[in-house]
Amino acid sequence: MNHSDETLLDDADETVRVRLVVNGRKVACEVAPRETLVDCLRNSLELTGTHAGCEMGACGACLVQLDGRAVHSCLMFAVQADGAAINTIEGLSDSGLIADLQAEFHRRNALQCGFCTPGMLINAHELLSQVAQPSREEIRDALSGNYCRCTGYEAIVDAIDAVAKARSAGGGAT
Amino acid sequence: MIAPLTSLDRPNSYIGRSVPRPNAKRLLAGRGRYISDLKLPRMLHAAFLRSPHAHAKIAAINADEARALEGVHLVATGEDLAKICMPWTGTLDHFRGMTSAPQLPLPVDRVVWTGQAVVAVVAESRAIAEDALELIEVDYEDLPLVVDIDGAREVGGPVINSGSANNTCFHAQLDSGTVDVAFASAAHVVEEEFTFGRHTAVTLEPRAIVADYDPAAGTLTVHHATQTPYQFQDLYSRHYGIPEARVRVIATDIGGSFGMKLHVYHEDMAVVGLSILLGRPVKYVADRIESFVSDIHARDHRVHARMALDAKGEILAMDVLDLTAIGAFSTYPRTSVVEGNQVIRLIGAPYRFKNYRATLEVIFQNKVQTSQYRAVGHPIACAVAERLVDIAAAKLGLDPFAIRAQNVIADDAYPQTSPTGYRFEALSHQACLKRLHDIMDYDGLRAEQADLRKRGIYRGIGIATFVEITNPSPAFYGVGGARISSQDGAILSLTPSGEVRCLISVTEQGQGTEAIISQIVADQLGLAQEHVKVITGDTEVTPHGGATWACRGAGIGGETALQATRALKRNILEIAALILQEQSSALDIIDGHVVDAATRNQRMPVAEIARIAYFRSDTLPPGTQAQLTVSHHFAPQGYPFAFTNGIQGCSLEIDVETGFIRVLKHFIVEDCGRVINPMLVDEQLRGGIVQGLGAALFEECRYSDTGQLMNGSLADYLVPMPMEMPDIVIAHVETPTADTVLGAKGVGEAGTAAASACVLNAVNDALAPFDATINSVPITPTKVLKALKRF
Repeated sequence: MNHSDETLLDDADETVRVRLVVNGRKVACEVAPRETLVDCLRNSLELTGTHAGCEMGACGACLVQLDGRAVHSCLMFAVQADGAAINTIEGLSDSGLIADLQAEFHRRNALQCGFCTPGMLINAHELLSQVAQPSREEIRDALSGNYCRCTGYEAIVDAIDAVAKARSAGGGAT
Repeated sequence: MIAPLTSLDRPNSYIGRSVPRPNAKRLLAGRGRYISDLKLPRMLHAAFLRSPHAHAKIAAINADEARALEGVHLVATGEDLAKICMPWTGTLDHFRGMTSAPQLPLPVDRVVWTGQAVVAVVAESRAIAEDALELIEVDYEDLPLVVDIDGAREVGGPVINSGSANNTCFHAQLDSGTVDVAFASAAHVVEEEFTFGRHTAVTLEPRAIVADYDPAAGTLTVHHATQTPYQFQDLYSRHYGIPEARVRVIATDIGGSFGMKLHVYHEDMAVVGLSILLGRPVKYVADRIESFVSDIHARDHRVHARMALDAKGEILAMDVLDLTAIGAFSTYPRTSVVEGNQVIRLIGAPYRFKNYRATLEVIFQNKVQTSQYRAVGHPIACAVAERLVDIAAAKLGLDPFAIRAQNVIADDAYPQTSPTGYRFEALSHQACLKRLHDIMDYDGLRAEQADLRKRGIYRGIGIATFVEITNPSPAFYGVGGARISSQDGAILSLTPSGEVRCLISVTEQGQGTEAIISQIVADQLGLAQEHVKVITGDTEVTPHGGATWACRGAGIGGETALQATRALKRNILEIAALILQEQSSALDIIDGHVVDAATRNQRMPVAEIARIAYFRSDTLPPGTQAQLTVSHHFAPQGYPFAFTNGIQGCSLEIDVETGFIRVLKHFIVEDCGRVINPMLVDEQLRGGIVQGLGAALFEECRYSDTGQLMNGSLADYLVPMPMEMPDIVIAHVETPTADTVLGAKGVGEAGTAAASACVLNAVNDALAPFDATINSVPITPTKVLKALKRF
């Protein structure tokens, strides 16, 4: 083994203590510097609702909310998230914040295998927090970084559209 | 006005109703249990060193440094696994003359495609395993390689399949009628050569497996992201010599499959072997690059086809040559020739001509294997026939609808046998054509097209009619000697509280198996759907069956559930009759209550029957043994396949400056027989169409001349994303099969079957003013510009 390999492996062995607020709860993790946030969430914190699909930010399966904004947890090292507040699908689900979106996705079968769904919901949640009544075109545009192989997208667009209208009308989605 | 009552107004009538999927709530809450989520005590992680060469001899492997790395538990080569794993060969007996070299989990002397797994490392984490890969040295000696179809067919060129004289895996010829006579007498002959690129499934969850061998108990448990757990139970048992009953395969939530997750993959077989060698659970999850280089690809055909027509536009004959390149091995256990076989047998299936000749040549090359993927062969068969029909229509000055109306088999002419030997029970091409014409507003679209064309906007309208193969009988794989079941099984139990547990062999990958099975059970038993719990995907628990492939979930799995439920109901009513001192034939079950069949008056709750049978059997007449668990198997009989049909339409716009294509709207009229859940059927169609649109417009696995896959990520292998996809209009025609009580056929592949053909026709329609044509899929902007001679 040459010297540079040894250095590389030593660096990889080191761990760093990262402190986060995940789904409203303070947590600390020992992570390797090269470990991504999605791996930390899934492996160390066992929050497996966040998925790794492409590991290059193209598919959107790994979206989480970080300090209130949707980010790709596969494009970020866990150490970069030190001190951040993170909401995963588990937290958003338990909080009831996206209950109307989840109900509408369920009612319209806007999911099949469900692997993309947590990322879809987080993106939809972000969109509706910024634009109260997006057009179908705007919904499709907002979701253009979320890959779904199963549904053909239309039911997802329909569900988000219905929730936007229901929220604007002051009630929950049907 | 109150609508008249329908069968859906009956209590507990769930068949035909759009109810949501019970399991979807779990997935929506992030509580899916995918194999990639699984963590077991003492679990280790595998990673694979992959070949950078498309064809090379393995001269030496040095893995000493990797073995010495802290956290590494095992480095295994092909030799290590060959000692414990029986090799496999991807041939079927009924494909006479078919050849393919024996395969092992890892190669012992030669690599045959770029990305082939060569050495396995098992370590305490995936990261450590990957570190170790970097410390392994493999000496390769390059061998001459074959990449494209022509190179592979060259006489005297490199041969991949050792021991073989050439690169031919399989050759088949069909010949019926008098093709030469028909062509000689034809008023018109149209001819074209088509190419279809390689696509791959790109399931969002990559392949994932956790193998857990317990040497003390001699048991193997494999948590496997697969569609077909029973098939893998059989394979792991036979290839590793473990008694079948001691092999358990569990397939929980699966993040997409589409046919890709039912083949034997070298890494999966290796992971089982690694767990056996270590006596510990071993996990492997492919990353995205690994998925691209090692998941099966599909299509890769070059088809030359001719069609003869009479002066009025009647199709007289077709003559077809299909060359298909399948990679270095034929896949196991289903083989890689099924796609080509289905191409030559499905071409022209909607039409009533009798003179047909086809040659299929299946060819090895130094690429990853191709094999069954959603709508096996259908998109190619459909594109070839539908494009030729459109070319003929243009030549004869006929409208695309008119030429099809003239040539499709009439709805009242069934049963029919195709020139390739397929027997059609009842199809509905005429009804579907008429419906499509209406829902597209075809005349309106044509008028709009003409108007816009004057303003330099080029829109195209394409239609494509199709036949889909569903519900295969044992005639499909069974006769070829593959241990792939065409039957399914169900075990139904009434619980002491009067609810029902249904263990069934058809599996769930998100298409809604659990939902439709619970609908059928609740409907047939007279219970509320929420009182039915469906359990799938565990060979230790659910009875043996074919599981989910070839659109058999509803047609075969659904019929199994229906028959099992009727058996349980008979047993429940027999106990009720004893308790109520009544004839069981005078009783029925509605809303969880035993009722008088004639008056519907409630007699007693089903839960009370369960309570008495389980806890107070002393109160039943002497000799009574209540059978409140039934098991039932069902295999299709009658027609060898439940063929379905439909037609798709597409409206798109081409920017002739950039070559970009925008699909404006897509339409489908589909006939899958009895519809169990209209919403789920529609979602299958939409998903399938979008998968087909991906193939038509974006997706292609592109290789360099040296056999390197050049687009192995989601940044450069384009998949349909929400922005590019249109809304999809759906209509149904229902022609139930008489082969089953339920009458359901399959629907999962219908969307994919005709999308390429439809888009190809629409693009050529849009390009018609330029006298430009395209005969190659995917239809990229470059191809459009080349056709327009602007590139």
